[in-house]
Amino acid sequence: MELGSIGLAHYLTLSAILFTIGVFGIFLNRKNVIIILMSVEMMLLAVNINLVAFSVYLNDLVGQIFTMFILTVAAAEAAIGLAILVVYFRNRGTIAVEDINMMKG
Amino acid sequence: MTLTTIAFYAFAIVLLASAVRVITAKNPVHSVLFLILAFFNAAGLFVLIGAEFVAMILVIVYVGAVAVLFLFVVMMLDINFQELRQGFMQYMPVGLVVGAILAVELVFLAVTQLAGGPVGGQANNAPIPPVDQVTNTEAIGQILYTDYVYAFQVSGLILLVAMIGAIVLTLRSRPGVRRQQIGQQLDRKRAEVVQVRKVPTRGGV
Repeated sequence: MELGSIGLAHYLTLSAILFTIGVFGIFLNRKNVIIILMSVEMMLLAVNINLVAFSVYLNDLVGQIFTMFILTVAAAEAAIGLAILVVYFRNRGTIAVEDINMMKG
Repeated sequence: MTLTTIAFYAFAIVLLASAVRVITAKNPVHSVLFLILAFFNAAGLFVLIGAEFVAMILVIVYVGAVAVLFLFVVMMLDINFQELRQGFMQYMPVGLVVGAILAVELVFLAVTQLAGGPVGGQANNAPIPPVDQVTNTEAIGQILYTDYVYAFQVSGLILLVAMIGAIVLTLRSRPGVRRQQIGQQLDRKRAEVVQVRKVPTRGGV
């Protein structure tokens, strides 16, 4: 399918801005791990948009297949990350990121 | 302005606006809900570009599983989120500088370098078949289950490891919890627990 009047540059710009918002979210919410995990999910979404846009633009289906692999890994990462978060909250009673450096050793 | 253009800009604007709200919302529940809105709009963009299967997978996996998982965790943990927002403005300047530089670089690259045409001339292994002959889902299946079957299996293994890991991490045996013991229940005999007594009139048991 053609991209129509919307070109590749539109999608790349959109995903670039979305990725930047994700990075900005990590900077902004330094203490809240849940928001940081959501920012990481948004960055992965930006990468997926890039892959799908290139897949359609270059007429190559492999991009969409790797999008699904990224989705799989992102789902696994979210599950593990939230499980670690729940265990950490159970032990410490808070989810402040600054205190996690006490888990050395 | 064709309909596709209008739809693209509508989806893109709502996607970016909800992404901004995800990182700035005071209440994390609102953050998760805006994340769901962002995923729906990304799925709309994928449908627009002709990748229907990825769009539906995005809705099912991200909205149906990951975002709901986030929602559960946010609602179940009793956290003072106001405390966690301290230093929000403190990190704003450096974040804005880094974000602006990154955005300008990426957008510059996208607009000037990549928009001209395909990069290089690599051989195309899996051209997208015409939509009127083979649907998107069928085309993906024909490649995913043949050329990429090992990667597909490995992604299944990753999910299995993640599932077992999450269960092992969060499973705990709390002391003092009374559980149902089915063996004990089934072992009860009638003679041990039921007695027939002769009750004298006006005497009581």
